[in-house]
Amino acid sequence: MTRQRGDVVVETRDLCMHFGGVRAVDQVDFTLFDRELRCLIGPNGAGKSTFFKCLTGQLVPTSGEVLIRGQEMTGAEPFQVASLGVGIKTQVPNVFDGLSAEENIWLSARRWHGDARARVLTAETIERLKLGDIRRTLVGRLAHGQRQWVELGMVVASEPWLVLLDEPAAGMTHEETYRTAELIEEINKTSALIVVEHDMQFIRMISRTVTLFHEGRILMQDTMEAISADKRAREVYLGNRA
Amino acid sequence: MNSGILRQMRPTFVYALLGVVFMFVAPNVLQLFTIINLTTAIALAVLALSLALIWGYGGILCFGQVAFFGLGAYVYTISAINFGGSTWAILMSVLVTSAFAAALGYFIFYGRVSDVYLGVITLTVTLIFFSLIRRTSGPEYKIGNALLGGFNGVSSPPINLPWNTSSFLFPEQVFYVAISALILCYVFVGWLVNTKFGRVCVAIRENELRAELLGYDIRAYKLGIFTIGAGIAAIGGVLFCNGVGRITPDVFNLYNAALTIIWVIVGGRGTLIGPVGATFALFYLTSALGGQTVLNNNLVLGVILIIFVLLVPKGVAPTIIDRVNARRRKVPTRARRRRSSRAEGTQ
Repeated sequence: MTRQRGDVVVETRDLCMHFGGVRAVDQVDFTLFDRELRCLIGPNGAGKSTFFKCLTGQLVPTSGEVLIRGQEMTGAEPFQVASLGVGIKTQVPNVFDGLSAEENIWLSARRWHGDARARVLTAETIERLKLGDIRRTLVGRLAHGQRQWVELGMVVASEPWLVLLDEPAAGMTHEETYRTAELIEEINKTSALIVVEHDMQFIRMISRTVTLFHEGRILMQDTMEAISADKRAREVYLGNRA
Repeated sequence: MNSGILRQMRPTFVYALLGVVFMFVAPNVLQLFTIINLTTAIALAVLALSLALIWGYGGILCFGQVAFFGLGAYVYTISAINFGGSTWAILMSVLVTSAFAAALGYFIFYGRVSDVYLGVITLTVTLIFFSLIRRTSGPEYKIGNALLGGFNGVSSPPINLPWNTSSFLFPEQVFYVAISALILCYVFVGWLVNTKFGRVCVAIRENELRAELLGYDIRAYKLGIFTIGAGIAAIGGVLFCNGVGRITPDVFNLYNAALTIIWVIVGGRGTLIGPVGATFALFYLTSALGGQTVLNNNLVLGVILIIFVLLVPKGVAPTIIDRVNARRRKVPTRARRRRSSRAEGTQ
């Protein structure tokens, strides 16, 4: 496998997130290597999204550590995580509804570049994601799938070296899902990715290694084929769908 | 980019130009009494402009914008009495007020106080000023040579020419200063909201979490726009105490705090000309109502507010802009499309 090749870019040590008595994330040790594409799966309430929010700074973990490129980021503000060059897409589309698609993407590019470069990058991103038709439309007026794409555009425009996506294909049509998978493959050429996803077909399209969460812990970590074949995994997750 | 900003600012320049025309025409047409009155209205318009910036663009509902306005007026008056001239007093007023806003804003924004409590805190600060300064009537309450005067207030020395303390301006000249200040503040704010800083502030208004996930420190941006807004309100305060001739604690009362919000609601959030225009309209409506005894003044203002919130919730200016844009889009889009398809055909 290729993953031993790169450096560790994300690491959690003994990460716990408890809400009262609920152990949403429980003693998770997780490692992601550079240029790796990792999918996090698990049934509802398995702790994937909570784990994701601990990585992005949206939640402060109860205990344990989060290291990004060796830097201690436990309990950092979301903007501090993003300022390392991390592109983040949340589960519920978080976009600027009252602004045009173009302005949305410009705001992302402008964070990293001067004005001239930001405008070029915005135009390139719009071209790349085929958002030309809705460039000047207010994002609040767009369909759900298009809003997801604007948000992906914001992630791409920041030219991140690490990308964290929470359910990028949620609510997309079949064709949009397919295009999203293609885009993720393309992003993976230059950056590492963590993708939290529910849609099994989508994971089959993109996956290399899959981490299966169950009751706040990592149950197993392997290829999608191996997980599909595993009896325990089928019981906690895949069995529910069959 | 500069050409881009200039294009974005075209409407701002148009309104600024109208303001300049008005500045030269008004004193020749209107009577002195009207001009003095107008100076007060202009001061209030600067206050409305400052709230239009921080609420309309920054999304910060500051219920106590008059606190900065009043503080600016008091600092100007006290400094002018002590310094014996207005030049440093104006600078002091803007600096002290901005510093005060920065300190208050630091605790609000870095403490991540939510929107509702921000409104409560700013209003409370305003009312604290009101009660505090009302109680300063004794001779022991003096700052340097300036007696604070309790609820009778302090009379404000008029503005003089820069660094020339013997040449005080006449009321008509103060009018020129006031309207120039309004136009300059208006162009400045119009420029600011089109810079990167302004556009990020608008993004934060739209979605705080997304702005943070893009890597912007929203606390710093909010603190920045809040402080700038307070500085502009202080300029309004300086003009106000020059127009009226004195400053009293009544500037800090609940009625004035609410009135500022009403100007912005009626004029429309997200525009600058709206709140400025609404301030003039409501100022003269209030004056006109003052001349009759049939209806209670506050009752009429209350009814106006309710009508606007229910029927024109976006405010006058955005509603007009939407109408114009909708009409413009309806007809020429087809023409534009035909033109572009023709261009493709010739290629």
